[in-house]
Amino acid sequence: MPPTAPRSALLTRPRIALLILLAVALALPTVAGWMGEPFYVRLATRILVFALAAVSLDLILGFGGMVSFGHAAFVGIGGYAVGILFAHQADGSTLFGLPGTVNGLIVWPLAMLAGALAALPVGAISLRTTGVPFIMITLAFAQMLFYLMTGLKAYGGDDGIALWSRSTLPGPLNIADHTTFYYVVLGLLVAALALGWRLVNSRFGRVIRGAKDNERRMAALGYPVTRYKLAAFVIAGALAGLAGALLANATMFVGPQYLHWSRSGDLIVMVVLGGIGTLIGPVLGAAALLLLEEFVPELMDLAHAGLGEHWKIVLGPVLILLVLYARKGLWGVVAGRRP
Amino acid sequence: MSSPLLSTNGLVKRFGGLAATDGLSLSVAEGELHALIGPNGAGKTTLIGQLSGELTPDSGTIRFDGRDVTRLPVHKRAQRGLARSFQITSIFPSFTALDNVALAVQAHAGHSFRFWRDAGRDRRLADPARAVLERVGLGARAGTRADALAHGEKRQLELAMALATGPRLLLLDEPMAGMGPEDSARMVELLQELKGGVTILLVEHDMDAVFALADRITVLVRGKDLASGTPAEIRNDPAVREAYLGDELEVA
Repeated sequence: MPPTAPRSALLTRPRIALLILLAVALALPTVAGWMGEPFYVRLATRILVFALAAVSLDLILGFGGMVSFGHAAFVGIGGYAVGILFAHQADGSTLFGLPGTVNGLIVWPLAMLAGALAALPVGAISLRTTGVPFIMITLAFAQMLFYLMTGLKAYGGDDGIALWSRSTLPGPLNIADHTTFYYVVLGLLVAALALGWRLVNSRFGRVIRGAKDNERRMAALGYPVTRYKLAAFVIAGALAGLAGALLANATMFVGPQYLHWSRSGDLIVMVVLGGIGTLIGPVLGAAALLLLEEFVPELMDLAHAGLGEHWKIVLGPVLILLVLYARKGLWGVVAGRRP
Repeated sequence: MSSPLLSTNGLVKRFGGLAATDGLSLSVAEGELHALIGPNGAGKTTLIGQLSGELTPDSGTIRFDGRDVTRLPVHKRAQRGLARSFQITSIFPSFTALDNVALAVQAHAGHSFRFWRDAGRDRRLADPARAVLERVGLGARAGTRADALAHGEKRQLELAMALATGPRLLLLDEPMAGMGPEDSARMVELLQELKGGVTILLVEHDMDAVFALADRITVLVRGKDLASGTPAEIRNDPAVREAYLGDELEVA
């Protein structure tokens, strides 16, 4: 008889933390309304969008050990899918003989497809290496795509594309309304987290995690490791593409800066800050980074005018402290030691 | 006589001027436990590397199960039933002992492009994995993280993972490395049980173990096959005595 594992208590600390987070997220627009600060809804939407991008990065970085320093490229490409189709819709021109569109049910899946299709060759080449070379090659690809978009004069070049309407969704989902859009993004993030959770615990997920632990042994067991890592890389690219589509809708703009390497760095910071390899952690990381970015400069400017632009002086020590004292980041602090 | 399960023909591997494998022809028959011995620097590790696919020979061929596998990558050889254990323990430290073996079972069970079902609750992985753990004597440690196991237990786990892939040939690279006498005795017992059921190529320094277990022994010196034969033949071979075994054999 195999011994049965003790059934874990229903209300563990991580579960309670998750429920509180979800309650806060659900109540946020209402509370912002009471406070007379509708701006907070848009800030929170941006946080959720970046959280989605960071979660997609955590899939490959935290579980697969693939330190991609070019993840923002796939976010940017997703954004451009929305922006380019919007531009064609706006001036009535065609792309490959097809008209532009702002229909979210078409544009968002296309953004995911674009993210995946870009991730496929980038991953196929980058995954021939590991460690620092992998970091540098993903960075190089992302910068290539950044300059490609900068040179894309037909779609604004440096200036990007300003959108004057958001994507349309069927039925009552009018995302021109900030609160509706917020809930749509929240729903997609929760869906992505659920999907990610299934993924990392599936047979596929075990192979990815095993490859992170000991790639040589995985090969000796008979796993074509690169194939599985590439599949994970492409899935992460698709989710990043979706985040890009949402980002374009959140900011009503797409531009090359979305693909810039510093954005990729921000995503890594979110993952590390929130808790690498925890899925939910990067959501906290995104919130922490964007909230710091929003409020710390303001506070510093109050202390001394002009000081705010040096706000990363505060971010640096916070990061160092977390890396030193909380190996699983903010989520580790919230959920306790046990994963 | 049927063709051997594993054979090499004129295998050469050079590192700079040094021939670590020097025209080696070796054959391992189906069902036998074939031991490979030799002094340090004889080229045992280099040979294991070439047999498993991590190193590519400069010339010569390797045949496994009737096919030329000389250019086949590591994972494809493993899929064909060539499993190995590592001299320096190579496990998945953040997985439990059970999940380490389950990962090996999963490798044998076909492709792993299954994205949805929770592999931790999949009895098709856990049940065979548990059976293998019991077999190597680690049943009670199934839920322990691999990095928390004692050294001897890690060696047992190492073997369990190779076994769980359902191999036709086990390449065991010093399974008793770093073990105390008690653990070694248990490992010999275990290999005794496995013998006959699965073909084994055993590289080992422990001469007592080798002479107790082996059906045939190949003595490797400077990358060459100095002698091959039954334990009795090797024991009485004057060239072997001179080159390598010497006094050690008097004790054995």
